[in-house]
Amino acid sequence: MNIKLSINMIRLFFIFLFSFISFGLFAQDDLMNLLNKDAPKETNYTTATFKSTRIMNGHSIERMPPGQLDIRIEHRFGTLNSGAYELFGLDQTANIYLGIEYGILNWLMVGIGRERNDKLYDGFAKFTVLRQSSGERVMPVSVSIFSSIAVKSVKWPDPTLKNYFSSKLSYVTQVLIARKFNQAFSFQLTPSYVHRNFVATELDPNDVFAIGSGARVKLTKRISLNGEYYYITNPKTYMSQQIYDPLSVGLDIETGGHVFTLLFTNSVSMLEKGFIGETTGSWKKGDIHFGFNISRVFTLKKHQKPSNY
Amino acid sequence: MKRILLLIFFLNIVLAVNAQKYMTKNGYIGFFSHTSMEDIKGDNNQVVGAIDISTGEMVFQAVIKSFHFDRALMEEHFNENYMESDKIPKSSFKGKITNLSSVDFSKNGTYDVTVEGDLIIHDITNKISTKGTIEVVSGGINANAKFNIVPEDYKISIPGVVRDKINKNLEVTVAMKYAPLTAK
Repeated sequence: MNIKLSINMIRLFFIFLFSFISFGLFAQDDLMNLLNKDAPKETNYTTATFKSTRIMNGHSIERMPPGQLDIRIEHRFGTLNSGAYELFGLDQTANIYLGIEYGILNWLMVGIGRERNDKLYDGFAKFTVLRQSSGERVMPVSVSIFSSIAVKSVKWPDPTLKNYFSSKLSYVTQVLIARKFNQAFSFQLTPSYVHRNFVATELDPNDVFAIGSGARVKLTKRISLNGEYYYITNPKTYMSQQIYDPLSVGLDIETGGHVFTLLFTNSVSMLEKGFIGETTGSWKKGDIHFGFNISRVFTLKKHQKPSNY
Repeated sequence: MKRILLLIFFLNIVLAVNAQKYMTKNGYIGFFSHTSMEDIKGDNNQVVGAIDISTGEMVFQAVIKSFHFDRALMEEHFNENYMESDKIPKSSFKGKITNLSSVDFSKNGTYDVTVEGDLIIHDITNKISTKGTIEVVSGGINANAKFNIVPEDYKISIPGVVRDKINKNLEVTVAMKYAPLTAK
């Protein structure tokens, strides 16, 4: 009886001793676990799906945050198939675009711009409808809506005819749906509708429908490879001119407040109304234009702490 | 026998939980860089922290996306290019007050302390030691400290193009207002 008791007491003593030691060792991690225990589940909104508000020619779901101004200059050179004498198109200017864009609200950005060809003025608004998120609230995609009006201001070819102002107008509506799959890859689908009030002949449709697609592959922290392709669903062979689907490939290079884009495209126009439905160049024939976009962002208003909008 | 064991088991748990712990969910950590080109200031008012006054242990955890800047573009670059917050969402500190005996937590007042521990930023751990103050007030404890860190020590790469826009040393300010942990 006595021996049994003493063995049990020794066992008891060691259990007692070890239990205290184990608690002492984990105190710091205990404290850390305490922090995580009560952490409320947060919603993590995806940022920087694309490096700027454009993928190549067309818009991305990215918007200018409120109070930020974006000055854009875009240039398209001549075609590569113009040959070495023309320095593969670098000697020629196919088109120039100047634009100024501003973030008004967390979900609204507007912009105006002007393109050299047809002296085309364009005004747009882009609404952020849904943001991709994970955590408390899960949303698999970001969705924005784009709407623009373009006005041709080039002089009428025949002023003696009755020319209507409304003939100068075109309207574009797009739904932008994008997903950032991971740090390296983002993809966007852009169903688009272009309405041209006045077209060249009866063969040309006033309404053009297209499914746009765009992707970016991040190569380094500041450089990404972007591609954009719009598939025009209207039958393209019955129009007065052969038109082609616009395809653009290029690099986005970010340095501080600038984003430089270097690209190759078969479209001459940098506005939706132009490149969707009026692209007469073909990649196969070598009607490829080298071009660049420069975007410089200025902060006009201090950034407010974002609230859940 | 079994009853005694059970009693000892429960005693240990009770002893561990009731060690005096204070916590906050709205702690402040900010960092500041001044250069002739521009000033960069990031503020985080949602830092979670805890302090155990019986051992002097302190921990903080800050979510990188909760650091806010005056310029939205600066905040985006901070997250995307520098801190890679999608990959490494949090930063933390685990350390203790080395001169715990010089602090009397039962008397209101301000005490100078030295805190040492591991600072984990961008998944890199570095030992730091800093002077700070512990202020005992009725109903809580306030902890404050200011120290410098070098971004390269935490593998935060700053490209040559913008290197002059960021000071080699970043001044970090910590301000925590702890309240006693209420038993659940």
